Amino acid sequence: MTASSSVEVLAPSRLRRGATRSGLKILTDAAFSVLLFVGTIVGVIALATLIWTIVDDGWARLMADPVAFMTSYVSRLPARAGIKAALVGSAYLMALTALFCFPVGVGAAIYLEEFAPRNRVTNFVEANIANLAGVPSVVYGLLGLGIFARFLRMGPSLLAGALTLAVMSLPVIIVAARESIRAVPDGIRLGAFALGATRWQTVRRQVLPAAMPGTLTGTILALSRAIGETAPLLVIGLPIVIFSLPNDLRDPVSALPLLIFDWTSRPQAAFAEAAAAASIVLLALLLAMNAVAIFLRNRYTIRW
Amino acid sequence: MSIATRTVRTGERVIVNALFACAVLSVAVTVGIVAVLLVDAVEFFRESSLVEFLTGTVWAPGQGGGEGGQYGVLPLINGTLMIGLGAIVVGLPLGVLTAIYLSEYANPRVRGVLKPTLEILAGIPTVIVGYFALQFITPSLLRPIFGDDRVFVFNAAAGSIAVGLMILPIIASISEDAMRSVPASLREAAYGLGSTKRQVSLRVVVPAALSGIAASVILAFSRAVGETMAVTIAAGNSPKMTFDYFTSIQTLTASIAQTVSGEAAAGTVRYNALFALGLTLFVITLAMNLISARIVRRFRQVYS
Repeated sequence: MTASSSVEVLAPSRLRRGATRSGLKILTDAAFSVLLFVGTIVGVIALATLIWTIVDDGWARLMADPVAFMTSYVSRLPARAGIKAALVGSAYLMALTALFCFPVGVGAAIYLEEFAPRNRVTNFVEANIANLAGVPSVVYGLLGLGIFARFLRMGPSLLAGALTLAVMSLPVIIVAARESIRAVPDGIRLGAFALGATRWQTVRRQVLPAAMPGTLTGTILALSRAIGETAPLLVIGLPIVIFSLPNDLRDPVSALPLLIFDWTSRPQAAFAEAAAAASIVLLALLLAMNAVAIFLRNRYTIRW
Repeated sequence: MSIATRTVRTGERVIVNALFACAVLSVAVTVGIVAVLLVDAVEFFRESSLVEFLTGTVWAPGQGGGEGGQYGVLPLINGTLMIGLGAIVVGLPLGVLTAIYLSEYANPRVRGVLKPTLEILAGIPTVIVGYFALQFITPSLLRPIFGDDRVFVFNAAAGSIAVGLMILPIIASISEDAMRSVPASLREAAYGLGSTKRQVSLRVVVPAALSGIAASVILAFSRAVGETMAVTIAAGNSPKMTFDYFTSIQTLTASIAQTVSGEAAAGTVRYNALFALGLTLFVITLAMNLISARIVRRFRQVYS
C-alpha cells in the first residue's frame, strides 16, 4: 500500500461518509433490538390477554357462590350448573394415571440408562419412545377407544380414561426420568460397586434416590399436561352429563376439560361464563401442580 | 459389566427382566396404535374405496351408521394444512424473534422471567385456548379489523392464531437451543471484524442455527396438524375445499372429535372412518417428526 492511498483513506470526506454509514447502522441496530423485543413480548401479551379474558368472563360466576359451583352437578340451567362430577373425575383420573405410568416410566428409564446393552433392540426402543412423544393426543384417544374401551370391554370408564392418559404420558415421564438418572455422576455408581454392591443395589440405594426429585418434577409436569387434555377423553366417550361419582374403576367419570368443551360449545352466554369459571378452576389446579414441581426441583435437586 | 452379569443373582435377573418389560411396553403401545388404526381402517376401505378416500373432494358421512355418505379426505387435509400453515405464519416469526432475543440479547434476569412465561403458555390446556379463540380472537380481534360480515363466528384464522400461539414456545425453545449451541468463537470472529450485535445475530448465529430452526418448524407444524380442541372449538366443523381464512373449515382432528361426540356405533362405516382419519393423521405426523429428528441429529453432529 502506498503512502498516498493511506492518506486518501484518512481524508475527511471519507471519514464523514463512514460516520454517516455507522449512524445508519446504529439506527438499524436499534430498530432490530426493538423488533426483537416486540416479537418476544407479543407472546407474553397473548398469554396475559388469555388469562385476563378467562378471569374477566368467569370470575363473577365463580365468586357468586364458589362452594355451590364446585359441589353441584351439571344442569340445563346455566345458573345452577356446577363442576362437581368433572372436578372429582379429573382428580380420580390424575391419581390413577400417576399410579399406572409412574412405575412403568421409571422402570423403563432405569433399564435404558443403567442396564440396556448398546445394541439394535435398545436403539429401536429409544427411537420408538421419541416417536411416541410426537403422536397427537387424539390418536391416543383412538387407541383407548379401540383397545381399552371396546376390545377389553372397559367402556367409557374411569379405568379406560386413566389407562389412555397413562399411555399418553409414558414417553414424557421416561424422558424426564432418564435425564435425572443421567445427571447422577458415575462416581456414585463406581463408589457403590467398589463397596461390593450389585448393579441393582447401586441403582436402588444410590442412583434412584438421587434422581428422584427430578423424576418427580417431570412426572408432575406430565400429569399436569394429561389433566388438561380433552381430545383423548372425548374420543373414548367419557360422559359430560353425569350425576354420580365413581365407586368403581368401571364406573363412568367426567373431567374438567370435557365440561369446559361442552359449555364452550353451547350458544348461551351464561354457559360461556360457566366455562370460563371452570377454566379458572382448571388453571388454578395446574398452577398449584407446577408450583409443587418447581418447589421439588429447587428444594431437593442435588447439584453435583 | 461382563463379570457382573456372570455373577448376577436370580432375584436381580428377575428385576432386570421386569425393567426390560417396562421399556418394551412402549413398543407394545406403538404396535397397539398401528394395529388399532389399521384393523378398523382396513374394514373401512373394504366398504369405501381407498381411491375415493384419497382423491374425493367431499366429506359428507351419511346419517346414523354412515352408509351412503361421501368419504373424500381432501377437504379435511385442506383444512388441516390451512391451520398448519396459518399457525406457522403466526408462530414462526414470533418464535424466531423470541429465540434470537433470548439467545443473543436478553440478560439473565429477563431470560429467567421470559422462559417460564413461555412454558406457562405451552402448558395452557388446549380447550382453554379454544375458548380464548372463540370468545376473544374472533369477536375482539378479527371482527373489528376485518368486519363482522366478512369474518364468520367459526373461522380458520382464529384457529390458526390460537394454534400459532401454542406452537410459538416450541419454535422459540428449540431454535434458542440451536442458537446457543453455535460456538462463541464464530460470534467473536464476527465481532472482531467489526460487526454489530444485529449483524452477528442475523448473519452468523441464525445461518449457523438454521437446521435447528428448520427442525423446530417441522416439529411445530406436526403439533399444529395434531392439535384438536382449539380448532374444533374455533375453526368450525364444515369440511370444504377453500382458502378463505375467514370461513368455517374442518380439520382431520376436528372431524374425529365431531364424529365421536356424535357417538358413532362400533362397526358402522362412520366408526371405521374414524380410524381411517386417525391413520392419515398418524402417518402425516410421524413423517414430520422423523424428518425433524433427522435434521436435529445432523445439526448436533456439526458442533459437538
